Amino acid sequence: MEIPKSFLGYKRENGRAGTRNHVIILPVDDISNACAEAVANNIKGTIALPHSYGRLQFGADLELHFRTMIGTGCNPNVAAVIVIGIEPKWTKKIVDGIAKTGKPVEGFHIERTGDIGTTMKASKKAQEFVMWASEKQREECPLSDLWISVKCGESDTTSGLAANPTVGNLMDKLEPLGVHLCFGETSELTGAEKVCATRGATKEASEKFMNTWNNYNDFILKEATDDLSESQPTAGNIAGGLTTIEEKAFGNFQKIGNCKFIDVLEPAEEPTKGKGLYFMDTSSAAAECVTLQAAAGFNIHLFPTGQGNIVGNPIEPVVKLTANPLTVKGMGEHIDCDVSKILTREMNMSQAGDELIKTTLRVANGRLTCAEALGHKEFVMTKLYRSA
Amino acid sequence: MATDIIIHDKKDNVGVVVIEKITPKQDCSCWIMEDDSTVNIQSLDEIPLGHKIAMTDLNKGDTILKYGHDIGKVVKSTKKGEHVHVHNVKTKKW
Repeated sequence: MEIPKSFLGYKRENGRAGTRNHVIILPVDDISNACAEAVANNIKGTIALPHSYGRLQFGADLELHFRTMIGTGCNPNVAAVIVIGIEPKWTKKIVDGIAKTGKPVEGFHIERTGDIGTTMKASKKAQEFVMWASEKQREECPLSDLWISVKCGESDTTSGLAANPTVGNLMDKLEPLGVHLCFGETSELTGAEKVCATRGATKEASEKFMNTWNNYNDFILKEATDDLSESQPTAGNIAGGLTTIEEKAFGNFQKIGNCKFIDVLEPAEEPTKGKGLYFMDTSSAAAECVTLQAAAGFNIHLFPTGQGNIVGNPIEPVVKLTANPLTVKGMGEHIDCDVSKILTREMNMSQAGDELIKTTLRVANGRLTCAEALGHKEFVMTKLYRSA
Repeated sequence: MATDIIIHDKKDNVGVVVIEKITPKQDCSCWIMEDDSTVNIQSLDEIPLGHKIAMTDLNKGDTILKYGHDIGKVVKSTKKGEHVHVHNVKTKKW
């Protein structure tokens, strides 16, 4: 198949391109959710991103909170941002971070004004932003403007046999065309960590990966009360035939094809070394992982599943694929790309990779994903430790 | 003959059922992805889609190979053709 050289995206002020054109209402903290949701309810076409944290966090955990908030606002799938927090200082810090992209952003704080007054002021600005954004047109953008993140979920053996290698096939075909790629799931590489480390493009990248994995493993050994057999693999994984974390890890690892990763990113860290594949230190919980990848600037997500994970994200469209025919049959409304014919050998891996490229481009051009049509917008902050 | 079982790598001692289920004493056709070869096996158990079958006799302490890699250890001896899962294989990690 000849791969198209471009897609239709929204060009942003900082040179990036979006696959979506959202105007978001971003609460700084948990207690500002109500106000953010009221604004989104008032002004049609905007979307609130409620979450559970943002108070009394400190140190690396607070840094991650800011990085995720600012990164979400900076994502090129977002046209404009309203930030609402309880206090002015943290609200301003997030507004200033997002403003560096050149996109419209304005902050509001609730103290001394209350929810109703803040909702009114923020709604007026949100209306202005959404009407401005609604005139933005999709334009031809080079394929290299795609930043593709990947993560698998509710995996079973069909994931490792077919759906994950399909993503790997896409990576092998798109990496030479200059796209940015990102995989994560530190915990779910356990058992394949040494083989994964050999896929670093440089000695530094390999060492950075092993340090990241060792830090995670030390944390597990410190916190675990028994072993992780109850959660890794999950009950869904086991029902699907996966027996051990090692088996799950080698299946997971198929997603990167033959690519080598050029750097290891902190959670929600924007890649700065140019095109190519990056590893990000993330949890393997689907919504947490996708939220971090979106905050790092990735604008389209590929999500292979076995038993049928249904996750979505408010700003980064999540494309689902599966090779499990029972999942296609039982919950087809969640599946954007069916590659189950690999198992019956009516489709080979290269054909499946081509199908996934076609689906990815249709979604990049504006086709809604199943998760978007079904209203999935899971936005979940990663918390490193308890607040002060 | 249609494929009932897929094996990733020639070295693997387990295969994955890719039809809705296989039944005891079923003659199954197995496709090895690595070299595009085919082998046959008779099953001893009912094994559902996505679950593994032992391609050789496995003794307690043996290593299970899938993708050509170590994915765990045998904790209960298992005959060729039997179901391989959490009842007879455990992780080496935790």
